[in-house]
Amino acid sequence: MCGIAGIIYRDGSTHPIGDEMTRMLQSMKHRGPDSTGYALYGAAADGTLVMRYKLADANTPRDFEYEERLRRHRVEVENRLARMGAEIDEVEEETPYAFRVSFRYDGDLKRLADIVEDIPEAEVLSIGRSLEIVKDLGDAETVGGQYGLDSFNGTHAIGHVRMATESEVDIAGAHPYWAYPFSDVAVVHNGQLTNYFGWRRRLERSGHRFMSECDSEIIAVYLAERMSGGDSLEQAMHASLDELDGVFTYIAVTDDALGVAKDELAAKPLVLYESDDLVAIASEEIAIRQLLDREIETYDPYEREVLVWQR
Amino acid sequence: MAAVGEKTISYDARGLSEPFAEAPRVAEVDGDAATFDAKNLSTRQINLELRRLVYEEGLTEVTVENPGAKHSLGVGILTRCKIHFKGSLGYFGCGIIDGPEITIDGRVGWSACENMMSGVVVVESNAGSLTGAALRGGDLVVKGRVGARTGIDQKGGTIIVCGSVGSMTGFMMQRGRQIILGDAGPGLGDSMYDGTIYVGGSVKSLGIDCVPGEWTDSDTELIERKFRIYGLGEPPELQKFVCGKVLYNYDSLEPSEKKLVI
Repeated sequence: MCGIAGIIYRDGSTHPIGDEMTRMLQSMKHRGPDSTGYALYGAAADGTLVMRYKLADANTPRDFEYEERLRRHRVEVENRLARMGAEIDEVEEETPYAFRVSFRYDGDLKRLADIVEDIPEAEVLSIGRSLEIVKDLGDAETVGGQYGLDSFNGTHAIGHVRMATESEVDIAGAHPYWAYPFSDVAVVHNGQLTNYFGWRRRLERSGHRFMSECDSEIIAVYLAERMSGGDSLEQAMHASLDELDGVFTYIAVTDDALGVAKDELAAKPLVLYESDDLVAIASEEIAIRQLLDREIETYDPYEREVLVWQR
Repeated sequence: MAAVGEKTISYDARGLSEPFAEAPRVAEVDGDAATFDAKNLSTRQINLELRRLVYEEGLTEVTVENPGAKHSLGVGILTRCKIHFKGSLGYFGCGIIDGPEITIDGRVGWSACENMMSGVVVVESNAGSLTGAALRGGDLVVKGRVGARTGIDQKGGTIIVCGSVGSMTGFMMQRGRQIILGDAGPGLGDSMYDGTIYVGGSVKSLGIDCVPGEWTDSDTELIERKFRIYGLGEPPELQKFVCGKVLYNYDSLEPSEKKLVI
């Protein structure tokens, strides 16, 4: 089933979006208790990039070498970043296996991500000037608490609660997906794509990498491919309505925009609240009510609708 | 702030929620009418309180304040009474009802009034997809817009939508009427077996076996009567759509009757 949510403050002001997204996602726990994920957009610091990466999964078997392997791989990540010419400002250990590193780097992000992911079990969850993707197993209160998201302030965010139906219950299968190798682009999805394997083969031939067996990862990479060819986010999302097959409602987000797209049959739910200051969307209105505890006017976007808001 | 009501919900070994919940008895009763605030109540508590007031206390009018877009409210009410929700409902609002007159000040999520058998439901704002799914009788009036597949598998009754509707409206409809005053999305009346759909705005495309129908005096009478009952003003010019009856092999006899003839 899965539940998705998004918020964007249209005036660009910062709000406690980590806490807000946790409340929205927790209210939709019944739509997916397996994993929870966030793509949060904080205030960008001049010239600084933030990379979120993991070196193991929450359910990776803990053998005798586990801790030593994590330590060795963490050192290796930092060494490789340094060798690539990145100037590391800070490395934060969010969990024993998930890390946040802020650094300065002017080179090729794809190359940098590839070099990091060449380390066994390493996965880059996101790279961005303002984007930070956090995802892990469990409900929103568990993940939000584990990663200290209550204090995360920013301008916009998307989130996902997952009921795993077609791939593993692990962090790789959790949403959001970063649109590797583009900084600051992420996607959450509710639905099934029926032409997944065809698109995956096509995109792999173009040099894109996939970290999961989850069909939703296709959307992020597909949008990245279109945007690398010069499409805007909105143009790429419109194209996806014809080229991606199946039932889907997805939310895509960049450093300054948030967009939603629904498939031809409008088979997956999405409720939208829009005011001059705020756009809030979710699979269920009860999630939006976590932000606005009063009567509000909401509606369902129609089939083949693409809506994009700028901050 | 925790999700509304969630913290108090417990489940038994079979997965049934709040197995020991009781009606909270929070309503203020005034003669035959009662009002209660649902803000801090769970779905089950709200429904238990509703049922207590209608069935045990025999009240005929209940007002529910702050329903908070919670799911499955007002379901399974099988008696004549008036219920007023002062706010929005979530999914499956007012499903499987038989008799009540319900007013909802806000919006209703997916599958509003699913399997409704009789009564009247008036939604003052919008509704989600699958509105009036498998509706069997009664009138469902939505004053705003609705999502996709309105009246899917509809078996009777009347659905009136003052705004527009999404794709596949009237999909596999078997009986009953839909009056859409706005535009209709693609695939209108797809695979319908019977019934009638009236549309005031544009129709993006007709579904398989849905064809324009011939307007009769009884259509005019029906539309004028419904508009009069619900205070919708002067009816606009409407197009009528029915089943072409080429997709399925229709027979005028029921299977049991057929045996007798043969």
